[in-house]
Amino acid sequence: MLTILFDGVAYGMLLFILACGLTVTLGLMNFINLAHGAFAMAGGYVTVIMMNRYGISFYWCLPAAFLVSALIGLVLERTLYQWLYQAPHLDQVLFSIGIVFMAIAATDYFMGGQQQLINLPPELSGRMDVFGVGVGRYRLFTIVVCALLAVALQFILSKTRFGSRLRAAVDDRRVAMGLGINVPLVFALTFAFGSGLAGLGGAMGAEILGLDPNFPLKFMIYFLIVVSVGGTSTVSGPFLAALLLGIADVAGKYYVPAIGPFVIYALMIVMLIVRPNGLFARGGR
Amino acid sequence: MSAVQQETTVTANPTADAESRATRLMKRRSRVRFYEIVIWLAAIAAYFVLPSKMLILTEIAILALFAVSLDLVLGFAGIVSLGHTAFFGFGAYIAGLLALHFIAEPVIGLIVAGILSGVLGLLTSFLILRGSDLTRLMTTLGIGLMMAELANQMAWLTGGADGLSGFSLNPVLGLFEFDLFGKTGYLYCLAVLFIGTMIMRRIAFSPFGLSLKAIKGNPMRAAMIAVPARKRIVTAYTIAAVFAGMAGALLAQTTSFVSPDVLAFHRSADVLLVLVIGGTGYLYGGIFGAVLFTLVKDWLSVVTPQYWMFYIGLILVVLVLIGRDRLARWIEYLPERFSKSKEEGR
Repeated sequence: MLTILFDGVAYGMLLFILACGLTVTLGLMNFINLAHGAFAMAGGYVTVIMMNRYGISFYWCLPAAFLVSALIGLVLERTLYQWLYQAPHLDQVLFSIGIVFMAIAATDYFMGGQQQLINLPPELSGRMDVFGVGVGRYRLFTIVVCALLAVALQFILSKTRFGSRLRAAVDDRRVAMGLGINVPLVFALTFAFGSGLAGLGGAMGAEILGLDPNFPLKFMIYFLIVVSVGGTSTVSGPFLAALLLGIADVAGKYYVPAIGPFVIYALMIVMLIVRPNGLFARGGR
Repeated sequence: MSAVQQETTVTANPTADAESRATRLMKRRSRVRFYEIVIWLAAIAAYFVLPSKMLILTEIAILALFAVSLDLVLGFAGIVSLGHTAFFGFGAYIAGLLALHFIAEPVIGLIVAGILSGVLGLLTSFLILRGSDLTRLMTTLGIGLMMAELANQMAWLTGGADGLSGFSLNPVLGLFEFDLFGKTGYLYCLAVLFIGTMIMRRIAFSPFGLSLKAIKGNPMRAAMIAVPARKRIVTAYTIAAVFAGMAGALLAQTTSFVSPDVLAFHRSADVLLVLVIGGTGYLYGGIFGAVLFTLVKDWLSVVTPQYWMFYIGLILVVLVLIGRDRLARWIEYLPERFSKSKEEGR
C-alpha cells in the first residue's frame, strides 16, 4: 500500500518535471503545444545513446539531456514556434501534431522502433527497506531530484527578476514590451528552459515510463491533464495535479488493471467539466 | 437573382424588404455550384474509367464523408475536435457487431450505426459546451482515448487488439452483391457520401448553418442576436456524429473487418489534415481534401512504407506556416463565377 503510494509519488514527480515546461507554453503563452513530449523523447534518447553507445555515466547524461533538449527547443522556437503565437488554436494544434509525427518517424528511422533500455548505476538500482516499506532506490532519487527542481522553479518564478519579467510578459505582452522587457527573448528562454526540463524528465523517466518512438503520443494526454487540471497560474497547481495523477494512475493500474487508463480519462473529463480553468485557477482569466 | 429584381423590391415595407433580401441571399448562398456537379460526375466517371482502383476510391469516399462531417463541427461551429474518430470507430464497431450477430443487411446496419453514433454524440456534446478551446480539445481527445481503451479492454465483445472479423454482408438492399473488386462497395459508399453531403449541405446553408457560423465568429454577439449557442452546438455535434458513425460503418462493411485502429488518435489528426488541405467551412473541402490526402498518402506509403508519417507531419507543419487560409483560397483563382459566389458565401 505505502509502496504504491511511494511509486505513485515518484511517477507524479516525473510527470511534473515533464509537464511543467508545458505549463508555461500552454498556460502562460497560450500556445497549444502538443509536441511537448517530443522534447522529452529527445532527452531520453540522448541518455540512451550516451550511456549505451559511449558508456558515459548516468549522472552526466542528465544535464546533457537537459542541454540538448533545451537547445532543440530554442532552435525550434526561434525558427518555427514564434510565428504561431498569435495564430488560431487550430493552426497550433495542426502544427504541433505535425512536429510529433515527424519526431516519431525520425526517431524510428534513426533508432529503431523497439523499447530502449538503460542500465542504471548500481547504487540507484534495487530496493531498500525504510521502516518496513519497500522503497525503490531509483524512485527515491527521482523524488529528491524532482522536488529540488520544483522548489527551484517556484523560486525562479516568484523571486527572481527573470521570473517577474516572464510573468509581466505573459500578463500583458504589449505593456511589458513598452516597459522595455525583451518579450521574444524571455519567451524563447522560457521555451528552451521548459523543453530542457522535459528532456531531463524524459531522461529520468526512461527507466520508469519506458522509451520508444511513440513516447510523445503516449504521454501527450498525461501532460495535458497535468496542465489543464493543475491550472497554469502557479507552479504548485500543476505540481499537485501531477502528484494526484501519478498516484491515481499507479494505484489504478495496480488495483483495477482492466479499467486503469479509463479511470484517468474519466477523472480528467469530470474535472474539466467541474473546473474548466483548472483545480487551482485564479479567477477571471 | 439579379439586379433587376433588386431594383423592383423598393421599400414599401422595410421588414418585408429585409426579409425578401435575406431569403434571396440565402438562396444564392445555397445555389448549386458548377464545381459540385463536376465532382459528382467525376466520381461516377471514376467507376468506369478506373476499374482497378476501386479500393482506393472507396477509401476516398469514406474519408470524404468523415471529413465532411467534421467540417460541420469545425468549419461551421468552430469547435476544434481531436476526438472525432470516437464516432467513426464507434460506428464501425456497431456495424461490425450487427453484421456479426444480428443482421447482415448493410443499409440497416448503416442506419443503426448512424443513430447510435448520434446518441453518443448527443451525450458527449454536453461535455464540450464549457470552457475554452483547450478544454474542448482535451475533452474530445479524452473521449476518443476512452473509446479506444474501451474497445481494447472489452475483448469479449470487440475482439480486443485482434479486431473484429469473420462477418460477411448481404447484398445491398437485397439487390447488389458485394464483389471481390469492390465495385459495389464503391458505388454504395459513393451513394451514401452523396446523400450525406446533400443532407449536410441543406443543413449548412440553412439559417441554422449561418447561426453556427455566427457562433463561431463571436459566441457572445451571437447570443445577443438571440442565437441559442448551446443548443445549436449540441445539434451540430450530434449531426456530425451521425455521419461520422456512418462513415465508420461504411469502412467496416466494405472491408468486412474492424480493427482497433479505427479509434486511433492518428485518425483524428488525419481527418483534421484532410479538412485543412481542402479548406474548412464549405463542406466540399472535405471531399477535395480526401482525394488529395489519400493520393498523397498512397504515394508516400509506396515510396517510404515505414516513414510516411514523417512527410504527413512535414505537410502539416508547412501548411500551417504558409498559412492554410491562403491555401484554402485557391478556389478564388477559378473563373470569376465560382470565386464570386464563394465571396458571397462567407
